[in-house]
Amino acid sequence: MATEKTIEPLWWGLFSAGGVVAAFLVPIHIILVGFAVPLGWTTDTGALYRLWWVKLYLFVLIVLPLYHWAHRFYFTLNDTGLKAINKLLAVLCYGGAIVGTFVTAWILLKI
Amino acid sequence: MAEPTITLNVTRYRPDKDRAPTTQSYVVPYREDWVVLDALNHIKDQMDGTLSYRWSCRMGVCGSCGMMVNGTPKLTCAAFLRDYYPQEIRVEPLVNFPIIRDLVIDMTDFMDKLKSVKPWIIRKDEKPVSEGEYLQTPAELEAFHQFTQCINCMLCYAACPVYGLEPKFLGPAAIALGYRYNMDSRDQGKDQREIIGNHDGIWDCTFVGECSVVCPKHVDPAAAIQRSKVDTTKNWFQSILMPWGQR
Amino acid sequence: MSAVRPDASKLYHRKMPATWWLTKQSYFLFMLRELSSVFVALFLVVYLCQLYQLSQGPDAYSAFTQKLSSPGWILFHLVALLFALYHSFTWFQSSAVVLPLRIGERLISRPIVTALHVGAWAIVSVVVLVLFLALKS
Repeated sequence: MATEKTIEPLWWGLFSAGGVVAAFLVPIHIILVGFAVPLGWTTDTGALYRLWWVKLYLFVLIVLPLYHWAHRFYFTLNDTGLKAINKLLAVLCYGGAIVGTFVTAWILLKI
Repeated sequence: MAEPTITLNVTRYRPDKDRAPTTQSYVVPYREDWVVLDALNHIKDQMDGTLSYRWSCRMGVCGSCGMMVNGTPKLTCAAFLRDYYPQEIRVEPLVNFPIIRDLVIDMTDFMDKLKSVKPWIIRKDEKPVSEGEYLQTPAELEAFHQFTQCINCMLCYAACPVYGLEPKFLGPAAIALGYRYNMDSRDQGKDQREIIGNHDGIWDCTFVGECSVVCPKHVDPAAAIQRSKVDTTKNWFQSILMPWGQR
Repeated sequence: MSAVRPDASKLYHRKMPATWWLTKQSYFLFMLRELSSVFVALFLVVYLCQLYQLSQGPDAYSAFTQKLSSPGWILFHLVALLFALYHSFTWFQSSAVVLPLRIGERLISRPIVTALHVGAWAIVSVVVLVLFLALKS
């Protein structure tokens, strides 16, 4: 039965999806962005980022893990004793992810 | 010196005399086959009759003798002295519960939480006795069987840092118990166990997983909670995206 | 029948310290797992900055890529990679708990489900790598 009382399933659903994306895709992208190109193992002009479906992929890759971070970090801050300011923490974490969503879309559209 | 001995450092708290708990050391005989409960019983019978603690079956089925042994929640009837010897053993009351006296904690909150998940078969349509039993296949039993094994020992609540930080959290055993009934094919009462899907139900849990690690009966409450999160989230998205066809 | 409740005024309440996660190895590893999400997010922000530089032109893009070759950034990405791998592995372990997988009647053991996830991760990583090399020019 849907629980009217809390919107938590929304955040947990996004957290889960972000966790899956981060788990399967982030390591290889760290290797490409952080090591392969800067250290010259391969070259990259950035041309592939202009493809529309690559932009869509990047949107999912970047945005969903932001919601994963927001949910996890919010709970971590609560668990380390900052419970008193938890409404502010919620705004900073989930708000940060929402801002990140728009910024990501804006940047990808600019490329 | 003939007999080997081992030292137990035991929490004492006398509510009428003490402001705060203290520790008392007892040197007891060391026996290969003794558990911590045997040592406590020796202390009570031979050395200090004022020591208070709960115990009953001494074989890991009643859930009475849970205490902190060297900082880990354990059934003292299952904690062998030989696993600690020759080091000293620290015996404290289960954490995250208020202390009544010595090693005895107040379990009122735990009992209230068990009741709050309505741990009984709830039917929308009752079958009269004349129509016979509710039938259940082995597969249907398997779906919830491990969650029936809880002996209410509260070790999981002592292991759970979320419960320690937030006393309103429903907690591992209560949620696993609610899950046991929700997964029982004979039950039709999922929507009456809303407390599980509300704030301070499953959503306080951050899957530390220690509850399942300390559970002496391998109930795996962590699995029950995470699966409840998936179910509740699926239902929530369904009710938002496809609001038709809801009961 | 009502329960006999103890005298609430005499109960002793032990307070949980804010440093609870330092008291036990399993709690500490849990905290590391949670903090891995910070490094994942930080890396994605860096990636986003690089993509922003791309929108400013090819020179800005290659200048940024040059910056990433400095020892400081290499160290950052090394730390981020370690945390990302820790996230991946613990996520796959958690998935094995949450999703009981069956072959017919039999339940697949959790270590095997985890291993299957790791295998899938390896395949996905190779696919991404191949696509990147094929598409980059």
